Amino acid sequence: MRNADVLRFARDAAAGYPLRTALSVLAMAIGVAAVVVLTSLGDGARRYVVEQFSSLGSNLVIVLPGRSATGGFSPANAVTTTPRDLTVDDAFALTRLSSVRRVAPLAAGNSEIKANGRLREVVVAGTASTYFEIRSFKMAQGAFLPEADWSRGAPVAVIGGKIQEEIFGGRSAVGEVIRLGDRRLRIVGVLKATGQGVGGMNTDEVIFVPVSIAQSLFNTHTLFRVLIEARSRDEIAAVKREVTALLKARHGGEEDITVITQDAVLATFDKLLRALTAGVAGIAAISLAVAGILVMNVMLVAVTQRTAEIGLLKALGARGATIRDAFLAEAAMISLAGALTGYGLGLFGAFVLRQIYPVFPAYPPDWAVIAALATALTTGLLFGIMPARRAARLDPVQALMKH
Amino acid sequence: MSVIQLAGIERVFHLGDSVVHALTGLDVGIEAGEYVAIMGPSGSGKSTLLNLLGLLDRPDAGSYHLEGRDVTTLSPDEQAAVRSHRIGFVFQSFHLVPRLTAAENIALPMMLAGIPAAERAQRVAQALKDFGLDQRADHRPDQLSGGQRQRVAIARATIMQPAVLLADEPTGNLDRATGDEVIHLLEVLNERGMTLIIVTHDPKIGTRARRQLMMEDGELRHDSASTRLRQLDDNPPGPLSGMPAAKRNPGYAERGGDGVSPAAPAPGTPSPPLADPAAS
Repeated sequence: MRNADVLRFARDAAAGYPLRTALSVLAMAIGVAAVVVLTSLGDGARRYVVEQFSSLGSNLVIVLPGRSATGGFSPANAVTTTPRDLTVDDAFALTRLSSVRRVAPLAAGNSEIKANGRLREVVVAGTASTYFEIRSFKMAQGAFLPEADWSRGAPVAVIGGKIQEEIFGGRSAVGEVIRLGDRRLRIVGVLKATGQGVGGMNTDEVIFVPVSIAQSLFNTHTLFRVLIEARSRDEIAAVKREVTALLKARHGGEEDITVITQDAVLATFDKLLRALTAGVAGIAAISLAVAGILVMNVMLVAVTQRTAEIGLLKALGARGATIRDAFLAEAAMISLAGALTGYGLGLFGAFVLRQIYPVFPAYPPDWAVIAALATALTTGLLFGIMPARRAARLDPVQALMKH
Repeated sequence: MSVIQLAGIERVFHLGDSVVHALTGLDVGIEAGEYVAIMGPSGSGKSTLLNLLGLLDRPDAGSYHLEGRDVTTLSPDEQAAVRSHRIGFVFQSFHLVPRLTAAENIALPMMLAGIPAAERAQRVAQALKDFGLDQRADHRPDQLSGGQRQRVAIARATIMQPAVLLADEPTGNLDRATGDEVIHLLEVLNERGMTLIIVTHDPKIGTRARRQLMMEDGELRHDSASTRLRQLDDNPPGPLSGMPAAKRNPGYAERGGDGVSPAAPAPGTPSPPLADPAAS
């Protein structure tokens, strides 16, 4: 029997029992659709988180004072109890590294701002002009901190959108003079409100001043963080290595700083959410196995119902292999139709999700689609083998007597 | 040369503890072009014999030569090939595939044999015309009368130009007039050279055949050919060789002939219709 004829015969046989075929196609479709929709949700969550992180700035490497890793007992750990300060000079030294594009020191603290007859608690961030590019800020009014020597900053400030709103109302704040602690500073710019930020550092409620002013305000020499932007994503590892080596050399051979990359944080979230997606895909795949068993059931019923036909085919010269192939092709067609219908349903479901939650990028990942379709076909065929073999082995004399 | 040669055929069925000898010590030879009726009461083994002849069943002992070839030792796939090309079946209950049209049912053996679709269509069209079914090509079996259904079944059984046509009670589900038409159709096919073997318990049909095999309790009780041969030229019973079919059955042409040539038509060549379309 020619392959095209096997397929046509199987198609006609499946179409001959429309209700039964439709129900098993539906079962398979629901299984595949479940995989597609659930992985869309899981992968959408992952993409959402990754996008939020990326908004912090790209290729970011962060230096913290102090060792966070506990590497077991060592004499060095026992001797030094407090780490050395991470100073502005340390940060400036990092600008000379070849893999580094920009460096921004960051000194932080809380203080009070007084202006326009109002008083407000604010987070003070002492930094430099480079911080603007590293964090990809946008200005609402004026400009960010001017480029200047990090150790002698001008008495200027940039305020977040919410502070501008609360202290100056709708008025332009650029050129206004404010009091920050015991300092008088002139406002040169207002940041565009973003409403976002990670770790409680919402930039809308922060006042940015030159790092030297912040350090004298809080009477400290140490920095809260040093933010570094690598030249490219590939050089993040090199930055991490070179920064560690340079600061170790500057701190008398002691590695008393911690270097973290945004990549590491992101990778953790990425891994977590991928595992979650795979988990829900696995749960949904159970329904595919159930659908496969249903296909087997349907095919067993088909063999019983068509026993006389199988006997006839044998009498007309069909080999056992031909009959087996015809029944396998029928099971495969039911599975394939179910898989494709389910894929369509799943895509539609993901589309509906995106309409309801526009910020949520609910697209099914490629691997999930391929895995779902492959699982549907494999289970359909696998569970089709047993009924097909049963059909092929039927004794023609017995089969012909059935009606 | 005998188209069928059975020697020492035994077929035993085990039903629980009891042993049933469906066929015992069967020796039969059938010549090409013969018209044979296998008769006997139910349970006499005539259906078992037909299944053996059709390679649907295997004997427990003995040999079966089909066209000089020992077919009992063939593998199941080889036997399927023999069924496909050399044997045609006609059943009491027609056994048409309900979801396929008359044309598709007729084409089924050619599809199973892997014949290209274009050639199938051509041969089916010819067969539909020959059997007076050209108006019924796209009808499904439930839209056909009993006689039409059996004509579709006969067209299907002969579409591969088999050497032997086996008919198991072909008129059992038909009224007398339709049954006669079907028998007439089979006889015309036989006239054109096809070996015809009919299983029946109807003596009227059985006596129309030129040779009757009477079965009882799994044994061949009476073979009309051997007695007639003895009457004719006093030969001892043996292989039925060298006897042209037409000579052995002189009364045949008047009974079955409609002026059609007894020669088997070559595949694809036009032949006169086997049935009158007006009868459908």
